[in-house]
This record gives sequence, C-alpha cells and structure tokens, in this order.
Amino acid sequence: MQRIGVFVCHCGTNIAATVDVKTVAEALGHEPGVVISQDYQYMCSESGQNLVKNAIKEHNLTGVVVCSCSPRMHENTFRKAAAAAGLNSYMVEIANIREQCSWIHKDIATATEKAIILGKAAVAKVHLNAPLTAGESPVAKRALVIGGGIAGIQTALDIAEAGFDVDIVEKNPTIGGKMAQIDKTFPTLDCAACILTPKMVEASQNEHITIHSFSEVTDVKGFVGNFTVTIKKKARFVDETKCTGCGLCTEKCPMKKVPNEFNMGLDNRSAIYIPFAQAVPKVATIDPNYCMMMKTGKCGVCSKVCSAGAIDYKQQDKFIEQKYGAIVVATGFNPINLDKYDEFAYNQCPDVVTSLELERLMNAAGPNGGTLLRPSDKTHPHKIVFVQCVGSRCDDSKGKPYCSKICCMYTAKHAMLIREKYPDTEVYVFYIDVRTPGKNFDEFYRRAVEQYNVHYIKGMVGKVTPRSDGKIDVQASDLLANEQLHIDADMVVLAAAIEPDKTARPLATMLTTQMDTNDFFTEAHPKLRPVESATAGIFLSGACQGPKDIPETVAQASAAAAKAIGLLVKNSITCNPCVAHSNELMCNGCSSCEKVCPYGAITYIDKEFRMPDRTTAVRRVANVNPAVCQGCGACTVACPSGAMDLNGFSNSQIMAEVDAICK
Amino acid sequence: MQEAMINRAKQLLADGSVDRVIGWKRGEFVYDITPAVFTSAEELDADFVYDDFTAANVSKYLVKESKKEGKILAFLKPCDTYSFNQLIKEHRIVRENIYVIGIPGGPKLDAERIKANGITGILGAKNDNGTLIIDTVYGEEKMPYYEALSVKCLNCKSKKHVVYDELIGEDGDILDSNRFDMVEKLENMTAQERYDFWREQLSKCIRCNACRNVCPACTCEKCVFDNPDSGVENKAATDSFEENMFHIIRAFHVAGRCTDCGECSRVCPQNIPLHLLNRKFIKDINSLYGDYQAGEDTTSRAPLNDYKQDDCEASIVHERGVE
Repeated sequence: MQRIGVFVCHCGTNIAATVDVKTVAEALGHEPGVVISQDYQYMCSESGQNLVKNAIKEHNLTGVVVCSCSPRMHENTFRKAAAAAGLNSYMVEIANIREQCSWIHKDIATATEKAIILGKAAVAKVHLNAPLTAGESPVAKRALVIGGGIAGIQTALDIAEAGFDVDIVEKNPTIGGKMAQIDKTFPTLDCAACILTPKMVEASQNEHITIHSFSEVTDVKGFVGNFTVTIKKKARFVDETKCTGCGLCTEKCPMKKVPNEFNMGLDNRSAIYIPFAQAVPKVATIDPNYCMMMKTGKCGVCSKVCSAGAIDYKQQDKFIEQKYGAIVVATGFNPINLDKYDEFAYNQCPDVVTSLELERLMNAAGPNGGTLLRPSDKTHPHKIVFVQCVGSRCDDSKGKPYCSKICCMYTAKHAMLIREKYPDTEVYVFYIDVRTPGKNFDEFYRRAVEQYNVHYIKGMVGKVTPRSDGKIDVQASDLLANEQLHIDADMVVLAAAIEPDKTARPLATMLTTQMDTNDFFTEAHPKLRPVESATAGIFLSGACQGPKDIPETVAQASAAAAKAIGLLVKNSITCNPCVAHSNELMCNGCSSCEKVCPYGAITYIDKEFRMPDRTTAVRRVANVNPAVCQGCGACTVACPSGAMDLNGFSNSQIMAEVDAICK
Repeated sequence: MQEAMINRAKQLLADGSVDRVIGWKRGEFVYDITPAVFTSAEELDADFVYDDFTAANVSKYLVKESKKEGKILAFLKPCDTYSFNQLIKEHRIVRENIYVIGIPGGPKLDAERIKANGITGILGAKNDNGTLIIDTVYGEEKMPYYEALSVKCLNCKSKKHVVYDELIGEDGDILDSNRFDMVEKLENMTAQERYDFWREQLSKCIRCNACRNVCPACTCEKCVFDNPDSGVENKAATDSFEENMFHIIRAFHVAGRCTDCGECSRVCPQNIPLHLLNRKFIKDINSLYGDYQAGEDTTSRAPLNDYKQDDCEASIVHERGVE
C-alpha cells in the first residue's frame, strides 16, 4: 500500500475562489492510502514546496498528489521538490484543478465536486505508480532554421555566431523574405534593402551557415537533440555551383511574359530569372511552367548564352538527409487573399492595390523605378484612400479575428512618404482604431497627422466602385462627424490582414508542434516561454508565432537563437523515462506499433519462448529502444493485443483513473 | 471439384512438395464439416470433403500449422484468401511453409437455416434453379435455395482469389455485394431503436467464445478475455452489460483488420448477426478514410494504423455519432 500525501493549492484566488479547497483536502484525506491531506495558498512557492518536502520526510510518503494548475506549469517544480526530499520524481501526480476546473466553472459546489473527483483519479493513479529513472541521449550539434526571411536570417546568424553549424531552408529561390520586398521601414524610414541585404550576404558568407534555397522540409523524424530531417532541394534546372549570377540568360530568354512574384505580379519577368538584383544566392532559376525548352523542347537560348554551362534542363529534385539538435521555425506570413472582398473592387480595378503592392510601386527597384504611378494608366495619383483592417479584427468567416498589428504603422509610413514626395497628393486613411504601441510609434503617427496633414477618418469604407472616367468612388462613413462620405480617389490601398504562410500547417504536423485556430504556432507558455514551442527542441522565430513588425521579429529571432544555443551547447540531455515497453508474452509481432511509431523506436526480434506445453517456440516480438522512444503512447493504443504499455501512463493506471472518476 | 482437389493433394504429398494438407472432413452428419489436417493419401481418400456445406475458413489454423516442421497445402476459397493475406501482413503465418491452392467458393448452405424451415434428417441437398431439393431420411423436401444460404454468403464481396500458388477452377471477380444495406438500415434507426436492436441480439449471447475462436483476426498470443490482468476477463456472462461489452470490445479489436469473412456469424449458435458490427466499422472506415479492404494485399497501410495529413479530424467522427 502506498503512503500518499495530498496537497491542495489555492493558487491565490485562482482556484480557491471557485473551489472549496478545504473540502477538497478533507475529502481526499479519506481516500485509501492517503496519510496526509493539506491545503496551502501557493503550493509552488518555496514555503509550499517545503510543506511537500517536510511531509514526505515526516510521513514517509511513497507518493504525492498535488491538486493545482496544469502539469505543464508546475509538474517539474513538484517533481524536483519530491526528489530533493528523497522521493522518486515520478511518484508525483498532478490533479489539474485550475485550467480544467476552477477556471471553467462558476458554481462552487459543482467545481468542488469535480476537483475532488480529479484528485481521486490522481490518487488512484499514484497507487499504481512505480519509480522511474531517466537516461541520457546525445545532442547533434547542428541547427536547422526553416524559413529564410529576416527572422530566419537573424536566428541563423546568432547561432552561427556561437560557433554552431546551422542550415537555412528557404522555399523561394532567394532568402530575404517579405522584408526584401519592403521599401522603407517604420518608424525611422530607413531603406529596408540597405539594412537587410548586408545581413543576407553575411549569412551566405558565414562559414557555419549553409543556405538551402528553393528547398523544402519534407520529413522530420526523431526528437530533441536528435532530429533527422529530409530536405527536398527542388530542381531549379541551373547548377548552383556553376551559375555566376551574371544575368545574361535572363536578358536573352525570349519568354518574358511571366508575372513577377517579387513585384507582386505588377510587372513581368523572364522564364529563367533571378528574383532581384541582391538575391542570395544569386543564382538563376528556370520556371518550368513557362520555359519554352521545358514545355516544347524548342529554345535552349539560356543554355547557349551561359558561358558557365550551368543550365541543366534535366535536373531532378534532390533529397538530402541531415541530423539536427534543434529546429527553429521561421516560416513568416503572407497578406490574405482578397478575392472575397468584392466591396473593395480589388479584382475589378487595377488601381485598388494591397499595401505590399504599394511597397513595390514605390520601390526604386519596383516596376516603375520608384515613381508612384497608377497601375492602370501610369499617371500620378492625386487622391489616395487607405483602408485599414481589411480582413483584420473581423468576426465573419472572410477575415481574421486578430489585429494584424503592422498595418497602422506601415500605412502611416506610406501616407507620410507619399505626402513628402508628392505634396500635391491628398491622402485619406479610414481606420477603426489607430494602434501605435511601440518605441517612437505614436510620435511617428502624430507626425503623419500633424506635420504631413494626412486625413485620418474614423470609419469604415463600405463600397469601392471604379468609375468609367478612371476615378474610383469610395463610399465611407465618418463616425466622428456622423456623415456619409464619397471620395473620388485615384488609387485605393487596402491594408490586407496577414496570415501565417500556408506551408506552416503541414510543417507543424511534421514537427508535432501545436498551432492555434489561425495557424500561428503556439508557444510553450504565452508569457514565460514565448520562443519555444511545446515540443522540446523546436523554437519559434518571427511572424509564424503571431503578427510582428521587424524589430520584434529580430528580437524574437535572437531569443530563439539563444534558446537553440542553450540546447546545442549541451553534450547530452536527460531522456524522458516515460517510455513504452512491450510485454513479450502477449506480443503477437503484428507490426502495428512499428507502423504508428513516429520516432522509429520499435524494431522486432525473434526470440525463443517456453510455451505452456513445455516446448520452445521462436516468436517475433516488438522491442522498444528507450533512448529513441518519446513516450507519445501511439503504440499503446495501436497494439491490438494490449502488449504495449507506457511507463508512467500504463493502461492500468489510466483505467484506474477512469474508474475513480466513474465511481 | 472434391475429386480434383484430392488428386492434386495426393500428387503434392507424393512428390514431396508438401508434408500435410489442411482441408475439411465430415463429422457425424452430412452437413457437419470441420477443418482437418491430412498427412497421407489414405486419409484424404477416406475423409477429405469439399461440398456445398463446406464453409469454414481454414486460414486461422495456419497460425499454428505453418510454424510446424515441413510444408502444408492449404485449400482457400476466395474469401479465405483475404484472411490469409491479413495474417501475412500481421506476421502471424509463415508464408514459405504454405502452398496455397485457390478453389471456387460459395454460396454455401447453412444446415441451421434449412432446419429452421422444419426440415430435419438432412442427407444431402442440391440447387435446382432456385429451389433447394433436400434429401432427408423422411424423403425429399423443397425450400427456396436463397433461404438456405449461409449468412456469410448472402452478400459475397469477392469471387477473386487475392493470393494463391495455383488455382483449381476459374478465378472470379470482386462483386458489388450490397453488403452495407443492413448497416444502413441500422444507421437510419433512432438511437433508441438501434439500442433495442442490439440489446435484443446481444442478450442471446451465451458467451461460448465461438466467434472469437473462429475469427481469423483474433489470434492474440493471450486474449484479453483470458487474461486476469486485463480487467475484462470472464468466461461466463455475469451480467447483460458484459455480453454487450464483449462483442463491442471484440469489434473494436478487429476494426481495420476484419476482412468481413463472416465466420463470426456463421458459427454463432445463437444466430447473432455479429458481422454487422464489423461491417459498420468497415463502412465507417471506407467513408472516413477512403475505401479499404483488409487482406486485399500484404503491404498497404491500414487506415487506422496510418496517420496522414489529410485524415479527417476526430470531430467529424464525433458529429456523425450525434443523433
């Protein structure tokens, strides 16, 4: 019989306001095996922990149940406390009476009843707990950064700075990401390219950094310290090692009618292309959907003009496999698709553009060489309307419920730049709220209003109608003046909401990390562990975790790098002793477990057994490698014979918990 | 057919290709046919039988037989070949030790269904254009052929052998069996009606374990129902809840592995339509994860053992269950 101590935490009023903690402690005190049951205001505090430690010594406890917050919060705290008092860490169970009870209930009587039941389940489980000992596994001293935008570049540079090898996987032909497309950056108005491109070059020249551009992660196996990742290097039909980036092929290519992604489709590029002049790596890529040679077999001009002999029309996708200790996700964002926003006439009128398109229209390397012209007739616009929150803070199914965070600031920037360069242009900004928290942000916005006389109007645009005279009728409401407005604009700029890149969700599945309903990666703790995912060894950098501006992205990128470095400097990490094992007498050798194991921890061995009739027989049985097993439990539910079981979460422990709940 | 099978078996025994033959022999009555292992031409001549009453699936016997010394010849009907493949996939039988001869299958007759028509003392039966002519000790009796068919043959899913070393007779095709018609009927019931249906059916269970013992998907080294550590072991039904749970646990156990061979319903002495539980699972798997036939091959991943990015979300399963 175990000697169990129960410790019920008030968590200030977090638990105690909804759960009658004294009643819970008293009720659990009557459970079989419970020798002491106490409550305390903050069990996780030093004096709370001492309460647990002293009780273990004084009452010779063999098991501990702490009724408190989620085990993800403080299980480790109490495991350490138990270990300090001489009790095996894995004899501690947490009953989550905060997140799963007090926070979600209002009625004290029912919440108290539920807290008692959750406590009983934990007591029932402790009765079947056994001491476990953790082993160790080595750490691969190499990091992978997925995404080569400013977040990925910064993370890679910082990890390389610490002396570790790091690989960047970027799906596009060049690193640089969204920042490379941006003209100027708020609130200082310095040129984005001038601060980004040196970093791109630095990354490409750093001896510790390998850039896999035009590549994708296709498979991730393993676990913290020991990931095995398959990277697909997509065929670019140009030998990266030979191409010098001279650009002659792109000039000579006869197929020049390909929408240029880098300029948001506002101009055209050739079928063989280098995305922009400062691309890293500066290597050409053939777009097989447009290349005449690839489509019809007739052309080959690029191959003829290339003095380096880099063109290879027969190039195939290449797969490489590499071991990593840490993975940093930096997959970034995209503006949402505006097809559903008919009211803003985005698809009908070329002079209705998104903010990112405006960045390209104003950029010196953009389609108009930096002169702001209307896409439709290449004339100077004299009246420009900015519409804020297009798809942001939106409760219908078209948009996103969250604030995209960067739009208020970049719109102020756009308005200011236009007024500065073209003082004869009137600029209107329709907003719900102007949100400018951030260093020097509000001052920046005030400058747009006060110094540059940008017309900020609180209210939403209802309808945008292109007129036959080339003007655009913008119908809007001014909420402060309480009147309807019609503005005959030359251009309309939509601040489209931003969303995580579409590649993020399949990647999250591969990495077994969590995402929220908007497909942003979920951090391990929203306040205290903002750059770690809940999956050990996977870190988050930049806008993949939530909307962010550049300074925040860079800060988070460096933070993620610091966390990754903290892991990579270790020679070995403590393994989780909650691993699976198979009962060989019951195992059928059917391979169900092997098929579902995401870590490849299960193999089969032929083993000789004594059979009931005194004969011996060789049977195929499952064998778990405890250093590789991560204790996910997939095998235990897949096993048809019930032979597979998980230390610390055995089938009998889970059944005992269910029984205790249903009793 | 029986002659051809005996002759071929004798040949293979004689030339040393196989050491044993698994087939069927007759018991006390003409319709009382059980699997049997033969080791000589004499035994084959004396006892081997294959006729319209021979319905048993011998695949499961190979779990033990294929691990013995020497090679065994197995005669497999089309439906049996699916069970055979599934057992290979689960590494339960040793393929190298088996020589498979595919033989034509049913439809097979079910003596119990004939007897249910008040016909006893059966000595033989043959189909005459939809009418079954039954020779009995009391003279000739007639009944509709369809009504005498084994339940497992009423919705035959396939006449095609998915595995064999040689064939006797012609290979057939996969059939459109309408085998989910009854499942659909059950699905269309209200929750209460369906509950009542299954309570009535399962209350007949005498917990003889015949369904488990015959099931080719039930080959665990130690069955949970025989394992005191499992918490669900029991020989006799101590209460009605337990019989219900026995069959539901078993249906979950074989989900995704059941080939729908129908042996469970064939052997049930209480005529419980157990195959409908399994078919419900098969139908759900097909609709949630795409068509899948267990035992069709030996290499594909079973949907319930395979996790894909486009798998339906668990909530879909939940929503479907809400009345």
